[in-house]
Amino acid sequence: MTLPDGWEMVVGLEVHTELKTTTKMFCGCANVFGAEPNTRVCAVCLGLPGSLPVLNVRAVELAMAIGSAVHSTISPSTFHRKNYFYPDMPKDFQISQYDLPINVGGYVDLPDGSRVSIERAHLEEDTGKSTHLGASGRIHGAERSLVDYNRSGVPLVEIVSGPDIRSSAQARLYASELRGILIATGASDGRMEEGSMRIDANVSVRHANEPFGTRCEIKNLNSLRSLGRAIDFEALRQIDLLNAGGVVRQETRHWDETLGATSTMRTKEEAEDYRYFREPDLVDLAPDLAWQERVRDGLGPMPAERRAALAARLNEPTSTQLDALQVVVDLGFDVLVAAALDADVDAGLVLARAANELAADAENIHSLTTDAFITTLLMEQNGELSATQAKTVLLELLAHGGDPRAIANAKGFEQLSADSLGDVVAALIQANPDEWSRFREGDEKLAQFFIGQVMKVTKGQANGKAVIAELNSRR
Amino acid sequence: MATPLRREDVAKVAKLARLSLSDEELDMFTEQLGQILEHANDIAALQLDDVVATAHPFGLINVMREDVLEPCLSRDDVLAMAPDSEDGRFAVPRIMGEAP
Ligand SMILES: [Zn+2]
Repeated sequence: MTLPDGWEMVVGLEVHTELKTTTKMFCGCANVFGAEPNTRVCAVCLGLPGSLPVLNVRAVELAMAIGSAVHSTISPSTFHRKNYFYPDMPKDFQISQYDLPINVGGYVDLPDGSRVSIERAHLEEDTGKSTHLGASGRIHGAERSLVDYNRSGVPLVEIVSGPDIRSSAQARLYASELRGILIATGASDGRMEEGSMRIDANVSVRHANEPFGTRCEIKNLNSLRSLGRAIDFEALRQIDLLNAGGVVRQETRHWDETLGATSTMRTKEEAEDYRYFREPDLVDLAPDLAWQERVRDGLGPMPAERRAALAARLNEPTSTQLDALQVVVDLGFDVLVAAALDADVDAGLVLARAANELAADAENIHSLTTDAFITTLLMEQNGELSATQAKTVLLELLAHGGDPRAIANAKGFEQLSADSLGDVVAALIQANPDEWSRFREGDEKLAQFFIGQVMKVTKGQANGKAVIAELNSRR
Repeated sequence: MATPLRREDVAKVAKLARLSLSDEELDMFTEQLGQILEHANDIAALQLDDVVATAHPFGLINVMREDVLEPCLSRDDVLAMAPDSEDGRFAVPRIMGEAP
């Protein structure tokens, strides 16, 4: 989207990611998604009187891994209480980091060549989850609210970018690159739909090169699509307001995905209203250099490096292939893809199957062995399986594992013999004389027509290349 | 030197802490808190450039635990402590607005 003449948007993102620890940040309750409500709670994460928090070493390590991956300086840090009242926070304060975060500064380089600076990436605890009962199902119409504290105290890292982003497309690119980095560090599963990665966007507008305008913060964007749409909507809203002689109020806004609009949630709290003060029950955190180095050494290659390694093996990759490559690396399929390339499977075929069929059932990727993947693709490449059949075999392998040849046999994916394909083609030529003569006169588009007819008759069992060969032999 | 504590400052802090104070209490706390802040001003007036700020009486750093599961409380026990519950969850009066 382009903004009206002369206007520029200025965007900074706050990305919250839950850390993949076994237990919560300050207690030994399990950090799991989707458990029965209030079955992963104890005195600490319920904020019962007299309970004391003890910091989870793994949460610190993952926060350091994130910091290292985004080129932050790991620094001595402290914990603060951020005080406010809300039922999903039973202590009436959230333990967070304030003036001294664990990770200071840094940057993320994006695939389009731009760089977004990182101001800080600090540790804090997540809140519980409230459900609102009421006729409308919306928060304002609720008669009462129900609270589940399983998520209360789950460790989070909040990564705050500088105000360096200038378009919704760049914001999405940053979020998706950061998501890939978080997954690569092992700190997060990056599942936005489950809320394990959530984004707040600070948006303001200005005329190019003028000082920054007043910003609004859009809360809790939980998909890349919402992120892009909300930023565009908000920038245009502010421009319209300013053009009409109005002023932008600094406030927190809510994005409504259905309405496609942001609306005022509340005017922005001043930081002092949270009455931050040092958490007296926790001591300072100061990871020594040896520990920092161990974490840094434990990091594998980041997505940009892994994409470059795969891209170097492609011969003039198309944009579709480059998009597929991003998906493949984000899902951690690059080792599998590299093995298939080593086995001389066509690069376009490998990337297409990995970024579509495998990505569609990525949860079950452990069921698929490298050998089974390669065998299936080679069967497709050699014409033993049609594209449709190969996809079916892959999905079956993901669902239940097994041997691709055995699956193909069990499904009746007998290769159509050359004889029977010849018979089918001959019959179709007879039934479609006009199309056949146009094809013979050189209208290559008609090849697709005949392939379509053959697939219909054979229920997808024929191989497209074999059909073309058969057609050409009769021309 | 910081400006002296005002009555409206105390009223604001009380509101943020969800405390309701009578007029007499407001007067009393304005005076008492004002004295405490004045004491802080006394310290701020000292020449302390060479003194490192401390926020903790202990010299401890990096107190942590291993990422190991420990037993949780039983849900029945937990919910029994609450005034009201429904569907395994704590029931609270309807929430107005979203979390700050
Ligand atoms: Zn707990």
